[in-house]
This record gives sequence, C-alpha cells and structure tokens, in this order.
Amino acid sequence: MKLLKLLVASFIAVSVFGGASSFAADTISQMRNADILTQDAAPRIPKVVNSDERQVRNYPEQPPLIPHKIDGYQIDKRLNKCMTCHSRTAIEKSQAPMISITHFMNRDNQFLASVSPRRFFCTQCHVPQTEAKPLVENTFVDVDDVLEGKTDK
Amino acid sequence: MFSAIKRFWQVIRKPSVHYSLGFLTLGGFVAGIIFWGGFNTALEVTNTEEFCIGCHEMENTVYQELKTTIHYTNRSGVRATCPDCHVPHNWTSKVARKIQASKEVYGKIFGTISTPEKFEDKRLELASHEWARFKANDSLECRNCHSEESMDFTRQSVRASEQHEKFLVSGEKTCIDCHKGIAHKLPDLSLLKEGH
Repeated sequence: MKLLKLLVASFIAVSVFGGASSFAADTISQMRNADILTQDAAPRIPKVVNSDERQVRNYPEQPPLIPHKIDGYQIDKRLNKCMTCHSRTAIEKSQAPMISITHFMNRDNQFLASVSPRRFFCTQCHVPQTEAKPLVENTFVDVDDVLEGKTDK
Repeated sequence: MFSAIKRFWQVIRKPSVHYSLGFLTLGGFVAGIIFWGGFNTALEVTNTEEFCIGCHEMENTVYQELKTTIHYTNRSGVRATCPDCHVPHNWTSKVARKIQASKEVYGKIFGTISTPEKFEDKRLELASHEWARFKANDSLECRNCHSEESMDFTRQSVRASEQHEKFLVSGEKTCIDCHKGIAHKLPDLSLLKEGH
C-alpha cells in the first residue's frame, strides 16, 4: 500500500513538474516580448480621438462610439454630464444627436417619459476611441461583406 | 488707576499738546504702514490653498475632487488653487468677499457641513451661490486666466470652437453657463428645477 502511494505521488510529481518544464521550454506567443520576470515600461497612454465625426457602426445594434473626449464627465446618481448635450431638450442648442428612443424603454418595452434607469450609465455601452495601435490583427468582417459573400468564413 | 486712565484720555483727546507735530506725523505714518501691511499680509494668508484646506470640511471634500481635474495637474504645470477661482483678485471685491466669508466662519463653528452627509445636503445650495457669483461678474475668475481675446479657436476641437463662437463671442452665455462642475463634483441639478 505504501509502495502504491509512493508510486502515485512520484507519478504526479513527474507529470506536474516535468510538464511545467516542457511548457516553459515551448515558445508561446505573447504580446510583450519579454521574460515573465522582466518589468517593462508601461506604454504611453494613447490620445483619445476627438474628431467629433460620427463613426460607422460595425453592425446595426452596435452602440454608437463617442467621437470626442469625455475626460472628467460626471455620471453618477446625482447627475449625467452627457445629458447636458444629448438629452431630448438640449439638442436644439447643442446640435448633438439625441439619445435614441430605446433609452426611454423599460425592460417590458414600455416607453417612459425620461431615460430609463437601466440605460442611464452611458459608458456601459458607449465608449470613446483612442489612437492606439491594435496589439493583434483585427479580422472582423463587416456584415455587408458577409451578405455579399466577400468572406470565406 | 483712575488718574492713569484720565491721563491717557487727555493724551488721546489732544495729542498735539503732549507730543510734537513732527512725532505725531511721522509716528502716524510709520504706524499706518505697519497696520496696512499687517492687514494685507493677514489677508493674503487667508488667500492660500493651505489656509483653505486647513479645515477638514474643505480638505476631505472639494479639495479631493479638485485633485482629479485638469485645474490641479495638467501638461503645462499651471495650477489653479482655491483662491484663484473663489476669491476676486481686485482689492475691493476681495474685501467684500472676505466679509461675506464670515458666514463660512459661522458654518465652521457650528459644523454646518462637518460631515460628508451634511456637505452633500448643502452641496446644491453652496454650488448655486458660486454659480450666481460667477454669472454676476461674467465669469471674471475664469477670465483672469482664460481670456477670450487670447483664445485661438483654430487650435480648439471643432466642437469647442463652434460652441465658443456661437455662445461666447455673441455674449449669449458666460463661461460658467456651460463649464459647471469642472473642478468639483456637481450636485443633482434636477433638484434645482424643482425649486429647492
């Protein structure tokens, strides 16, 4: 019985540590080309796109991107800074797009008189973009191209 | 004791009988410089960030909020401290504001905003006072640094330059109308419409 335990233990040890050493020997693809213990400098914070030009939506349900800076915009239970321009009553002055009618719908698809609490926190879905270079290649295919069969997928 | 008071009164009543005119003139001149200088120095001490955040009411709330904004740290290293925005720069308005601030001393003594909860309850009222002040002086404290004449709209984003041209140049709005809550968190503005 003791012998069996020893055998099992040594088998586990070999499989774990042996496996680990062979794993480390493999060259795995990584985004930062450095040893695990090296501490490389943090990348610079990329600039936020502030063109103020609407971006194409990659699929119809995509929440529109924010084409401007939103630094320091307060969105909490007291106030929503975005609504100073994008609310129903503000757009005449601001000429910004109004938040869509879906934001007034509750979970039963009933339209409320003002923004539904579940749609209050803009940045849950809407985000600004930065000029950062993508770390990996993006293979996204637009749905129109899919429809026209321009893809082999 | 009584005679000492009597003598003091006589000197105060007719100083020129007891002291030479030259002494009184020069003495008055020197004393004037000392008192005026001392007054202004004391006034300047109350006009520093250190003095403002000497109380926990300011340090733990509005100062912490300021720290996250561009008026605290930015690319060019120019910092706006509390008095830059909250105390008028010219002398008469400054003194008027300092007299008003006696209400703040009262608030400190009686702990009007001594806890975060009390402060939150008062936030709308206190902010409204500042907005009213900015509105009345055409955002003077903003314009002490950000002057309309030296503002290059071509260097601004499209959105900013359009808005500035439309509302700032026309004089339709003043800085504070749009730039509320740039240094501190905003209160619930919907309460304002309800007339609180």
